[in-house]
Amino acid sequence: MSTRVEMKSALKAAFPHTIPIFAGFWFLGMTYGIYMNVSGFSFWYPMLMSLTIFAGSVEFVAVNLLLGAFNPLQALAMTLMINARHLFYGISMLDKYRGNGLKDIYLIFGMCDESFSINYTADIPEGVDRGWFMFFVTLLNHFYWFFGATLGGIFGSLIHFNTEGLDFVMTAMFVVIFMEQWMKEKNHTSAFVGIGISLLCLIAFGSDNFIIPAMIGILGVLTFFRKPLQAEKRGRL
Amino acid sequence: MTFTQQMITIGMVTLGTILTRFVPFLVFPAGKPTPQYIQYLGKVLPAAVFGLLVVYCLKNVSLFAGSHGIPELISIAVVVGLHLWKRQMLLSIAGGTVCYMLLVQLVF
Repeated sequence: MSTRVEMKSALKAAFPHTIPIFAGFWFLGMTYGIYMNVSGFSFWYPMLMSLTIFAGSVEFVAVNLLLGAFNPLQALAMTLMINARHLFYGISMLDKYRGNGLKDIYLIFGMCDESFSINYTADIPEGVDRGWFMFFVTLLNHFYWFFGATLGGIFGSLIHFNTEGLDFVMTAMFVVIFMEQWMKEKNHTSAFVGIGISLLCLIAFGSDNFIIPAMIGILGVLTFFRKPLQAEKRGRL
Repeated sequence: MTFTQQMITIGMVTLGTILTRFVPFLVFPAGKPTPQYIQYLGKVLPAAVFGLLVVYCLKNVSLFAGSHGIPELISIAVVVGLHLWKRQMLLSIAGGTVCYMLLVQLVF
């Protein structure tokens, strides 16, 4: 198959998977752009940041960093904390994001929550190139985010229509992805651990500080259960 | 902040994000065998991470104020119900979202 045909079929296969992200990023990106706009920044700030950072939550935090006193080390430390969950994604993608040539660099660069979730769970149809499929999922998501952030930055507070609740599209998508993963596995220990520890940490540490303790808790419990979980995985093979 | 300071700040946030994404691939290079423990984590982590992400999306829902998380609960039930019934990803997501939008705009 020529590369062109390969790319075309991969794009066709990838696009439907990104439709919920289109709705979600368009909305969230626009919210972010508007937020930057009303905070006094020109549209090219959200444009640039959506391209180079491409990580939703930290971009919202970055607005506050830009409005505060200059403290580059604090900016770096905050970013590492908020985005620490990417380490888990990387560990899970060590095999998938390798062997796709130069595309690997972009795949890893664009590994946001949504790209990771789709590329980890999607059943890529036979005959479709895996590398190009994952590449287009990432690229489309990146473009939606860029597009929303830029539009929001340009039109700012001019836009008024009732989109209240549209952001739920992201929650719905992660619920579906959670279910897909659930249906694929026989043992649900890890899924329970993820929900349980996260809820406990949310109650204990509050919504702004629960991610890191939750990650540590999940790592701890999964490490503790390694022997029985691994034995079961082997038993099935 | 001056313009240069702003660019440095944006640069730091970009650098931090890139670091969190690339570190696992640099620490466990392709040529060398990945430690058993990390391979194990790579297999069991995703299920837990998806659970974490669901909780993360709902982190600002307050059970004791406002609408008490009722619209979220109903809409998630719709997503789960639709997905168990048809298992059409887009249908489940769209159905749940439309339900949520109707609830927060018209009911609550």
